[in-house]
Amino acid sequence: MSQPVLHRPTRRWAGLVWGTAAMALSMLASVKWGWTQIDWTSLFTAYTTDTPTREQLVVQSTRVPRALIAASVGASLAMAGALMQALTRNPLASPGIFGINAGAAFFVVAATSFFTVSSLQSYTWIAFAGAAVAGLMVTLLGSSGRTGLTPIKLTLAGAAMTALFSTLTQGILVMDQRTLEEVLLWLSGSIVGRKVETLLSVLPFFAAAWILTLALSSPITTLVIGEDVAKGLGQRTAWVKAGAALCVVLLAGGAVAVAGPISLVGLLVPHIARILVGYDYRWVIPYCFVLGGTFLLLADIGARYLIMPGGPVMAWLTGTGAKVSVDEVPVGVITALLGVPFFITIARRSLSH
Amino acid sequence: MKYPISIRSPIASFLLDRRAPWVWLALLLANGALFTVNLGSGELSIPPLDVWLALLGQGSSADQMILHSLRLPRVVTACLVGIAMGTAGALFQGVMRNPLASPDIIGVTGGASVAAVAVLTFTGSGGGGWLPLAAFGGGAAAAALIYILAWKEGVSPLRLVLIGIGIQTAAQGLTTLFLILSPIHTTSQAMVWLTGSIYASSWSTVYNLLPWLTVFLPLAWLLTRPLNLLQLGDPVAVGLGGAIQWHRFAITLTGVALAAAAVSVAGPIGFVGLMAPHIARLLTGPAYGSMLPAAALTGSMLVMAADWVARIAFSPLDLPAGLFTAVLGAPFLLVLLLRSDRHST
Repeated sequence: MSQPVLHRPTRRWAGLVWGTAAMALSMLASVKWGWTQIDWTSLFTAYTTDTPTREQLVVQSTRVPRALIAASVGASLAMAGALMQALTRNPLASPGIFGINAGAAFFVVAATSFFTVSSLQSYTWIAFAGAAVAGLMVTLLGSSGRTGLTPIKLTLAGAAMTALFSTLTQGILVMDQRTLEEVLLWLSGSIVGRKVETLLSVLPFFAAAWILTLALSSPITTLVIGEDVAKGLGQRTAWVKAGAALCVVLLAGGAVAVAGPISLVGLLVPHIARILVGYDYRWVIPYCFVLGGTFLLLADIGARYLIMPGGPVMAWLTGTGAKVSVDEVPVGVITALLGVPFFITIARRSLSH
Repeated sequence: MKYPISIRSPIASFLLDRRAPWVWLALLLANGALFTVNLGSGELSIPPLDVWLALLGQGSSADQMILHSLRLPRVVTACLVGIAMGTAGALFQGVMRNPLASPDIIGVTGGASVAAVAVLTFTGSGGGGWLPLAAFGGGAAAAALIYILAWKEGVSPLRLVLIGIGIQTAAQGLTTLFLILSPIHTTSQAMVWLTGSIYASSWSTVYNLLPWLTVFLPLAWLLTRPLNLLQLGDPVAVGLGGAIQWHRFAITLTGVALAAAAVSVAGPIGFVGLMAPHIARLLTGPAYGSMLPAAALTGSMLVMAADWVARIAFSPLDLPAGLFTAVLGAPFLLVLLLRSDRHST
């Protein structure tokens, strides 16, 4: 275990302040830049004017909700990943790799298709149920058999569950053209066009899970050292694990309900946090919050510009004869492609020890 | 394994369980029965006897027409796809010594999917004859990438699996990107393909598949000895004179060729590569000489059955067969893991 970059408490506090500032700046950038040009004055007066201009309406209805959603979803996924990596002692654990996102997504798609669910509140509950079912199945699968819960079995079980749930989701979409058009963009992990109500319906759960995760960060640090140590110190490990599992379900399920399955944020950010502050989860968790939020905000800004109408990539695409029907790359695609080289690096390194 | 049959020849040697030929025969008969029933059912049902009469060029001309131009290519494609998937799955599980390593979980089918969907998006149509070729290229590229990235003083099975999962994730991201980019009717067309369907097969599909199978199936059977050796673990395999890295390469290549050929015509039909070898192992025991043909025949049965149910049960809807293999595969996986994990690393 190498020395963390920030090992003195003062530096860690400073880092956290810088991280918070970075997140705030990213949110500002997310509101300011995009397809619709917005100048600074109309941005800052967007909520104080009685007669909003078109730009100010864009800020109110689109940009601000989008920034808030990106920040809270990124933060939640990163925290969920940190919890999972700590609980399973598996550096590859994350809601995306372990099938939890796919499970929640399948439940939501099935519900929209078979029962025509439309209320946001029920969306949220269905996503929680899906996340819980997938998490439970992966844990059962990964811990069954004689050798118990080994990292490799858990990872494989997660991959298998992801394969199963995505096939089932595709199956529903094949049968149901209407749902296909409705959910395709959501399914690729996207925060385009999400309303602030969507976030508000999930926010209480997010907030509860954030607080609970922070409260659990100290016992989890002990648990990571070793189950016997934790028990010896009088910790009720079963309760700590159950609480952490609940947090994972709320965080990952909520994130899917708002933004669809976004992969690899939960894998990548906790690793960066640990490089910065080491294995003390009292620090890792808050760092995951700010870094995860910043990461998804930046990825989302990048996603806006990648195939914007009139942009170079779009020109190239239409030049090759592709018939492009959307004007944005879903942020889930960006995080997947950014995250995979990282995943492979971890996979190569974790096996060399 | 009480009375093994051993066949030795200059190019290959087999060690067979006495039971194996009987298992093969039983599987062949079951395949034949399923084949007949499958051909006979549909909007116009044809009794089994008439099916065979028509196949042999007797029977009524209406029956012959329906069978030869409509049902036969589809059922034969299902057979071939199943054989390829079953064999590929057995090869992958053997080379990675892991019961869960199947082409669809470790990224080979993912790579094939990306390439195929890209073709669908960029040509804006059915892709014509390019689809199979693109899928094969994508699958092979993914496998090569996995192999190169997993290389670190040799290739450890574990690293191969993990890197494969990573590549599968990237492939899914790219596939989604292409799906989003394409117009909705292309998307729904691609969706059917992505779920795994033999819906659009014709005689040309069969002719596309056959060359791959005629080259790589015999190759797979020649590789049973190294496969058996690899099961003993690397040190033992080296000690017994196996060139393990070279063997691993040959086995992986053969597996990729078979899996990609199957995916190129039928899309990623899930879990067949996972289930078939396990069922075969239950029937014949673990020695690859007896197990590999059984896995091929089991795979063929699985795909034929899935496509049959997909075609008949929800008629007039013609569902993708991959849906049923996935539904079948999930509980199977559960049982598999609950039963034992002695093959896992």
